[in-house]
Amino acid sequence: MTWRCGIAVFPGTWSERDCAHWVELAGGDPVMLWHAEPELKGADVVILPGGFAHGDYLRTGAIARFAPLMAAVREHALAGGPVLGICNGFQILCEAQLLPGALLRNSCLQFRCQTTHLRVEVSRGPFLSGLEAGEVLQMPISHGEGRYYAPPEQLRELEAGGQVALRYCGPSGDLGDQHNPNGSLRHIAGVMNAEGNVLGMMPHPERACEPLLGSEDGLQLLRAALAVLAPR
Amino acid sequence: MTAGMAAPSPGQLRELALTEEEYHHAVRQLGRVPNQLELGMLGALWSEHCSYKTSRRLLSQLSSQAPQVVVGPGENAGVVDLGDGLLCCFKIESHNHPSAIEPVQGAATGVGGILRDVFAMGARPVAILDALRFGELDDAAQRHRFAKVVEGVGHYGNCIGVPTVGGETYFDAAYQGNCLVNAMCVGLVTAPRLLHAVARGVGNPVLLVGADTGRDGIHGATFASVQLDEGAEERRPAVQVGNPFLEKCLMEACLELAGSSALLGLQDCGAAGLTSSCAEMARRGGVGIRLDLDKVARRELGMTPYEVMLSESQERMVLVVERGRVEEVRAVFDRWELRSDVVGEVIAPEELQVIAEGEMVARLPLPVLVDGFPPRRPGSSRPPRVERDLGADPLTGGLSWTLEEAWLRLLASPNCADTSWIYRQYDHQVGDDTVVLPGWDAAVVRLRGRQDGLAITVDGAHRSSLLDPRRGAQLAVAEAVRNLACLGARPLALTNCLNFGDPEREEVMWQLEEAVAGLADACRQLAIPVVSGNVSLYNDLSGASIPPTPVVGVVGLVGDVRRLPGPGFVASGDLIYLVGEETAGLGGSELQRLLGCGVLGPPPGLDLELEGRASEAVRQLVSEGAARSAHDCSLGGLAVALAECCVVGGLGAVVRLRDRPTPSDGGRDLLFGEGSGRYLLSVEPGGGGRVEEVCASWRVPCARLGEVGGDRVEIRDLAGIPLAAAAAARREGIAGPMAGPVL
Repeated sequence: MTWRCGIAVFPGTWSERDCAHWVELAGGDPVMLWHAEPELKGADVVILPGGFAHGDYLRTGAIARFAPLMAAVREHALAGGPVLGICNGFQILCEAQLLPGALLRNSCLQFRCQTTHLRVEVSRGPFLSGLEAGEVLQMPISHGEGRYYAPPEQLRELEAGGQVALRYCGPSGDLGDQHNPNGSLRHIAGVMNAEGNVLGMMPHPERACEPLLGSEDGLQLLRAALAVLAPR
Repeated sequence: MTAGMAAPSPGQLRELALTEEEYHHAVRQLGRVPNQLELGMLGALWSEHCSYKTSRRLLSQLSSQAPQVVVGPGENAGVVDLGDGLLCCFKIESHNHPSAIEPVQGAATGVGGILRDVFAMGARPVAILDALRFGELDDAAQRHRFAKVVEGVGHYGNCIGVPTVGGETYFDAAYQGNCLVNAMCVGLVTAPRLLHAVARGVGNPVLLVGADTGRDGIHGATFASVQLDEGAEERRPAVQVGNPFLEKCLMEACLELAGSSALLGLQDCGAAGLTSSCAEMARRGGVGIRLDLDKVARRELGMTPYEVMLSESQERMVLVVERGRVEEVRAVFDRWELRSDVVGEVIAPEELQVIAEGEMVARLPLPVLVDGFPPRRPGSSRPPRVERDLGADPLTGGLSWTLEEAWLRLLASPNCADTSWIYRQYDHQVGDDTVVLPGWDAAVVRLRGRQDGLAITVDGAHRSSLLDPRRGAQLAVAEAVRNLACLGARPLALTNCLNFGDPEREEVMWQLEEAVAGLADACRQLAIPVVSGNVSLYNDLSGASIPPTPVVGVVGLVGDVRRLPGPGFVASGDLIYLVGEETAGLGGSELQRLLGCGVLGPPPGLDLELEGRASEAVRQLVSEGAARSAHDCSLGGLAVALAECCVVGGLGAVVRLRDRPTPSDGGRDLLFGEGSGRYLLSVEPGGGGRVEEVCASWRVPCARLGEVGGDRVEIRDLAGIPLAAAAAARREGIAGPMAGPVL
């Protein structure tokens, strides 16, 4: 049984081929979804990859959320279908209000491409229930606007509801500003919706899918997710 | 046809970067006086930037002959065969003048331009590298320029999704007025999809796609062909503004079309805009092109034919399409929401004809427009200072620093420092193919479905070039070869960017002649074909030229990307070997720069034959897996290289040199001399015999210097520093001065 993973392509998306490679390595069946068509092509999982959709003009993800494809993604998400937003995909999910909060300019005011460590905060939802809370993953980030922000009250709700999915940490899982590459509130690297089927993360799991690329932890994440999906 | 005008004034000619002699030459060849538009077109295409009128005769010394070469110089980029039908396409280009005026956009559009050169060949760009030069970082204006150029390079590559995998950056007061921004792009294409920048088939339509044409960048080509002066700020309108999002869509659309038989020729609209792209495509095809400017989509009202023809608006491409298949091609651009317009057609006479409002407003024969310039042969002479400087003591005034102090200061120099401050601002991993990240001797990009990969490096040598430009160019090639050898890679081909001052100055012309001769010589002896290149002259500010700065980009092939040694030591107890000679030379060295005692003394010696053999030996040891780490000795000499191996590996070392210091230099030459042809390898404790055997078989000197281990970098009987101090110094070289806010 191979799961079909739909990968959204907006004008300006650039990690769709990396994601397809990653999906194939995890044993999934990648299919590209064009932004202008409201059609998921039978995808079981939807991935919104990294890039600069529509040039990130106005605000990151602000134009992409109006794409016809996003109507189908919303429907899929609200029906409980798994949706994963990576980097720009996370930004789009926030703009589309499928995820809470917003991603602001990095506190250092510069683009950052570097390796980070992530602590899995909750073992739930299709993407993380195959992993254990407290587990540390290694994968790179590559963004200029990844500082997670949500108003204090919302942040409390997120924490209480187990929606904080991933936090930047040190190699042994310890938290601290020195491990936080962009100034995200509470070191948040990824959040999920209340139901847990929509996950957004700034780091790039598709770049951590082979020992040759420095880490296989991203592959582990997707493999675990595909294993958790109920058989169709 | 607009009538010819009265002879232009010297001022008007200067504006077009034409000499009076060139003007009269044009009139003679045309048999008439050109009108204003035609004169502008001639000025642009006859500019140094487009015509290489000063350098062309020199560049013919560079050979592109080799079995792996598919396309040599003269097209958008050079192409080499990687086997199994896969081709590699690459080129380096400068964007120095625009970056000096507007660093973010100047650098960004430099990257945008070189990307277009590569995807114009049908190749998907897989790597960007940069070679940058700035003044010293203790000057706030230089810090600003550096920060903004890095931001610009990153901005374009990061947005478009092509990894910036490597580069080199130097800081030297000599670049105070003129920064250098050279960008290299490497792409991959399968043989049937390779495109050429050629117009063919009379009656075939010519399309302009991508951005609308605006007033930006008018005279960019001529602007790059004159000196900057104090009023250069006013030339800001000659700097284009980049739109990487548009280029990303343009790239995807062009690559989608690369396999189609409907697309006959593709060229980017770079310097001199529509004028040069159409003229060069038609010239290559032995045909002409008639353009109807009323069909050109414009960004603003009221643009004159002159502005439309010379606009350097970015993100535009010119296509020649098979007649009757325009709609099929336009459908692809429509899907990417890009503008595409038929703006002309291929004609039989070898002319560029320009129509505006139904009237022919320019008509120039292509042999005149593209190749008709009178060759410029400015006089050249070796300045008398060279003799004096070469004979001088490299360290005048002596050295008050202890060896340890000098060592730490070298490690803390921004030229030897950790460059992560730069490359963490560049997305260097998109594409999932970067297997050696920036910061090593060369970057490595794997080839999908194969074991092998591309090793890529850019290198330059300006201080030794100031003493001896011929030697300097050779040293740049030698360093590139060493950087590749450290990863076990064999060079496939070379691209070059020649950054020089005003060639009207005899000294500069001499430097250029010497450097090209040196480049040709080194490439011949090391068997590296030259497949593409770019010349940037007039890098002067208020009459002061930059040092001659030949930059080379070399692409090589590594056999197995899963087995690559890094520069850092791996395990305590491993043996450390020096391949090459111990004694080096301090002329033009980094130590000299830190001491501020000028650029004096003989530059490092170079035996190209030995250099070639040493690279063979190292390549063999790396490919066999015998070398656990490999790093070449360059800036800062043996001592800095050793400390780098230690810091990167997080391990100390204890070594002893065989040669003894001379009383006059007290060991400075041994430690910090920058002789060529030298590598530091580490091998497992039992692996020494193999190193000695392989080096002997290539007739290359090698010596066991010592062992990895401990928490100090120790050169017995000479100097030693704590590993932690070395690491701290190296970390701060760039990050330290850049820590504060930038203007």
